[in-house]
Amino acid sequence: MTAIIETTGLRKSFGKADKAVEAVRGVDLRVETGEIFGFLGPNGAGKTTTLRMLTTLLAPTSGDALVAGVDLRRQPATVRERIGYVGQAGGSDPLETGRRELVIQGRLYGLNRAEASRRTVALLSAFELDAVADRRTSTYSGGQRRRLDVALGMINQPVLLFLDEPTTGLDPQARARLWDEVRRLRDGGTSVFLTTHYLDEADALCDRVAIIDHGSIVAQGTPLELKRQVAGDVVTLGVATDPEGVLGLVQGEPYVREASVDAGNIRLYVENGDAALPQLLRLLDGAGRPPTTISLHRPSLDDVFLRQTGRSLREQAA
Amino acid sequence: MKTARDTWLIFQRSLMLTLRNPVWIFVGLTQPLFFLVLFGPLLKGLAVAGGYSGDSAYNLFVPGLLIQLALFGSIFVGFGLIAELRAGVVERMRVTPVSRLAMLLGRSLRDIVILVLQALVLVVLSIPFGLTIDVAGLLVALLLVALVGLVLAPISYTLGLLLKSEDALAPLLNLVTLPLLLLSGILLPMALAPGWLQTLARLNPLSYAVDASRALFNGQFTDPVVVTGVVLMAILAVGALWLGSRTFGRAVA
Repeated sequence: MTAIIETTGLRKSFGKADKAVEAVRGVDLRVETGEIFGFLGPNGAGKTTTLRMLTTLLAPTSGDALVAGVDLRRQPATVRERIGYVGQAGGSDPLETGRRELVIQGRLYGLNRAEASRRTVALLSAFELDAVADRRTSTYSGGQRRRLDVALGMINQPVLLFLDEPTTGLDPQARARLWDEVRRLRDGGTSVFLTTHYLDEADALCDRVAIIDHGSIVAQGTPLELKRQVAGDVVTLGVATDPEGVLGLVQGEPYVREASVDAGNIRLYVENGDAALPQLLRLLDGAGRPPTTISLHRPSLDDVFLRQTGRSLREQAA
Repeated sequence: MKTARDTWLIFQRSLMLTLRNPVWIFVGLTQPLFFLVLFGPLLKGLAVAGGYSGDSAYNLFVPGLLIQLALFGSIFVGFGLIAELRAGVVERMRVTPVSRLAMLLGRSLRDIVILVLQALVLVVLSIPFGLTIDVAGLLVALLLVALVGLVLAPISYTLGLLLKSEDALAPLLNLVTLPLLLLSGILLPMALAPGWLQTLARLNPLSYAVDASRALFNGQFTDPVVVTGVVLMAILAVGALWLGSRTFGRAVA
């Protein structure tokens, strides 16, 4: 299967000489045709900068990329013809109606008025915007505006759609609805590249994920693969005092693969969480150091991030 | 040709959007109208006091007023672009194949269409005050107004793209417009000024436009100041458009 995006050493630095800030430090990405690919990372990690390079909005400092089969640096104009883009800010003028925005967007892609109108009608229907099509976009709800933004990105029937933090600011219902829309697009043959700082979005929606931190990719693969790489189930112990002491107690246990103190709690990676819990409790009780709280969970992408970077993604987002 | 088609699309869209919120078209006209009605009569009085005929005062004042309209009507258009930037409209368009020049030219043409219509209204309203017009001269003067707009609107859009915030753009524009106005000869002819001030005025491109406009309203077609004014504005317009379309092509945050 051919890749729809392939980057080699993509790099972006801002500023000059010793004041230069490297926002993206040599990113190697591969997005397969027909998949939803998520770019996950905390704010400031370089997600949006990378996305803006891939959509020709920003010139890379160095590196190469093949986007939709076209050399990004040599033929940016051709790339633009083949991709769709939905930015964080949206893109519709508050005074325009949804219908008019779609028609003009189509015409900017070179469609004549009749074809642009035809596609507009189809998109309005597919994104369930018929009821508000002729109202000013300033009157739309957040979910409706987002759906219009995605429709605008699809008017030229692109093979590849870019979404920059598509569900930020949406209520849970609108979010779930947008996820369904994105899945529908993928099922229809469109490849999707999205950036997000939401773990659940990367986990639930994306076929494959790359985790980025401080401008570098720290992990890349399917959500399942990435979680399997984490060394097992995660047990978190809360203790009243002296976490270091309790750490010393549990570290040596044979079923404990890794242990560390994390913000006053003890975080253990164990082989089989279900079996480890009762053993841990018995051990700690016997030593006179019963935990105040204990929890078990299967690894999440936050654990993947934590393993690679030593920080929790969840805390970054807070 | 693609650029022409794209420019037409952007022009159409921009014009429709402005017509949907036309209050600014009328507000833009009020400033020169205030000058016409509340300041013009003083010039008439000044001319008579100086021993000149009062009738010629408006033929000296209104041509300059048209350039003032062009100045204030086009230099602030950058604010509208900042609003579009914030809504994500500019970014969305930049990812389409639309010509970068068209994005600038379409908007600028919308601005000068409105400018020329306002200028026409201003001229018509000046006739009862004593302005006499020469039709051929008027048409060329309107062209001159359009050219001044075509210099300043792209500059305003470029600054809007670079500064991206009203708080940064407003003080800069406010700083620049007053010297441009005062060193142009719009309110009073620069011939009244001492030598050093006249030299400063020669550095202001608008002063050439004002001289040309005055000559056109007084039937002096072949006066070289007309050619100087029009050609200078045309060259500056090309430069401003080139600079602006390059800025549209580069990154915007």
